[in-house]
Amino acid sequence: MVVKYLGDTSEGDFPLAEIPYFLNKVRVGWPSPADDYIERPIDLNEYLIKNPAATYFVRVSGDSMVDAFIGDGAILIVDRSVEPKHKSIVIAAINGSYTCKRLLTKPKVCLASENSKYAPIFIKEDEELEIAGVVIAAINTY
Amino acid sequence: MTYALVDCNSFYASCERVFRPDLKNVPVVVLSNNDGCVVALSKEAKNIGIKMCEPWFKIKDSFSKKGGVAFSSNYELYADISTRVMQTLEGLTPRMEIYSIDEAFLDLSGINFCTDLKEFGYECQERVRCWTGMPVRVGIGPTKTLAKAASYGAKKYSATQGVVDLSKLERQRKLMSIMPVGEVWGVGSKLRKHLNKMGITTALELADTDIKLIRRRFSIVLERTVMELRGYPCIGLEEHPTTKKEIVVSRTFGKKVTTLESINEAISDYAARAAEKLRHEKQYCRVVSVFMRTNPFRLQDQQYSNILSYRLNTPTNDTRDILYATRKLSKKIYKKGYNFIKAGVMLSDFYDKGIYQSDFFIPECKRPKSEKLMETIDKINGTGEVKVTFAAQGIKKPWSMQRYLQSPKYTTNWNDLLVVR
Repeated sequence: MVVKYLGDTSEGDFPLAEIPYFLNKVRVGWPSPADDYIERPIDLNEYLIKNPAATYFVRVSGDSMVDAFIGDGAILIVDRSVEPKHKSIVIAAINGSYTCKRLLTKPKVCLASENSKYAPIFIKEDEELEIAGVVIAAINTY
Repeated sequence: MTYALVDCNSFYASCERVFRPDLKNVPVVVLSNNDGCVVALSKEAKNIGIKMCEPWFKIKDSFSKKGGVAFSSNYELYADISTRVMQTLEGLTPRMEIYSIDEAFLDLSGINFCTDLKEFGYECQERVRCWTGMPVRVGIGPTKTLAKAASYGAKKYSATQGVVDLSKLERQRKLMSIMPVGEVWGVGSKLRKHLNKMGITTALELADTDIKLIRRRFSIVLERTVMELRGYPCIGLEEHPTTKKEIVVSRTFGKKVTTLESINEAISDYAARAAEKLRHEKQYCRVVSVFMRTNPFRLQDQQYSNILSYRLNTPTNDTRDILYATRKLSKKIYKKGYNFIKAGVMLSDFYDKGIYQSDFFIPECKRPKSEKLMETIDKINGTGEVKVTFAAQGIKKPWSMQRYLQSPKYTTNWNDLLVVR
């Protein structure tokens, strides 16, 4: 049997891995002092979302919540697993469509706007108020 | 053992309601691809006489007059809500098996010592409804088959409020005595007819049949079912989904297709999708098949249907290899002069990476960049809509599905978010 030497397996087969930030190519001599300190880049999801299974995004239309820093076009992060309390900003079903309002349970249950142009919506005693989640953050872009 | 089966109520129809509070108590139906027929319906739709599989054009007018609302299937939304339901359930139990898009088995062993099981069922129901907006029912039993039976009871009898616990023998026997044998998990219509002929019509009669007779007349599978109905667990949880053995992507065209050019486009499009699924499974396939057929309901048309397979030299998951094969195949089985209505691509004979016998006489084609390229394409396309395609997949795609009544992709597309005032 004749064995033919074709050459070394090329080192070029291994492409550089994707590595976040700081890493320099290791050169002969002095390794980068930052190598031991690589961390994952900051992730907004991690900061804003506690329970992914119960979290939805919705978009705001209108100015009824401007005084709570929720402008027209803002994206709201809604967590359905958070229990609504007095003064929570909530997504509630009114007349068959969802709306964003501040829930007040004292002195009477109502959904209040954060804009003096709009009157609060009072919930009568025999009426059922369906709350589809609590707004935990608003994203306004400028 | 104690198992619970959590099953979503009219899953597709309920998904459509999550972002539409106005649809509460309104009849809702979901239609198949190309809005052909009813594939899912809410309780209200059932109550006004709509049936599964009914052709949409037949019921369209009367259904709308009665205030019903119809949707084209929105699989992006259904898949997302299913994931949320499963994630929610995972927080309730250490072991579970995702059985289908809308069902999961939970292992409740141990939980029965610290909580009342029925109470657990209601808690589970409330948690899923609150977190995801999905109504579910819960069936509990000492075996998976009895948990399934419990779920049947929860669906059938509204007094249960969607939770049935069959831990106790007398409750098992009571429910089984009024449960038709065809409703038992694993008893299909063929088997049901067979059993009926033998005088077995209820689940209880099946449970009480001599086990030796069952084994002699039927199979070990039915024997296991009988043992499970008697409360002996024979079927365990499958926590890890088994690797797929084949991948099929097929669609009915939006309108009939006659030219080789357009059928090639459609098949290439399905092939690209199938290759993507294959890579998702981390598998390599060796056999590629293509099939196409005419519409058997158009009696005036000449009928034709065919399937052909191609065996590749080495297993692949590179879309380019699969497109090469499907192109060859569709050219071979295509016939001029027919009105095609459906076509598809099937990938089979799977291998794990690097595990296959290579052919000594055929040099392995080495494409070191193939993997990276496919990975990059998948990454780009994975962010939502498909952005990078092969030219073979076509651009206008006149043959593609028609889904005129589709709801927004509320949870998977930034442009489709729910708008609140």
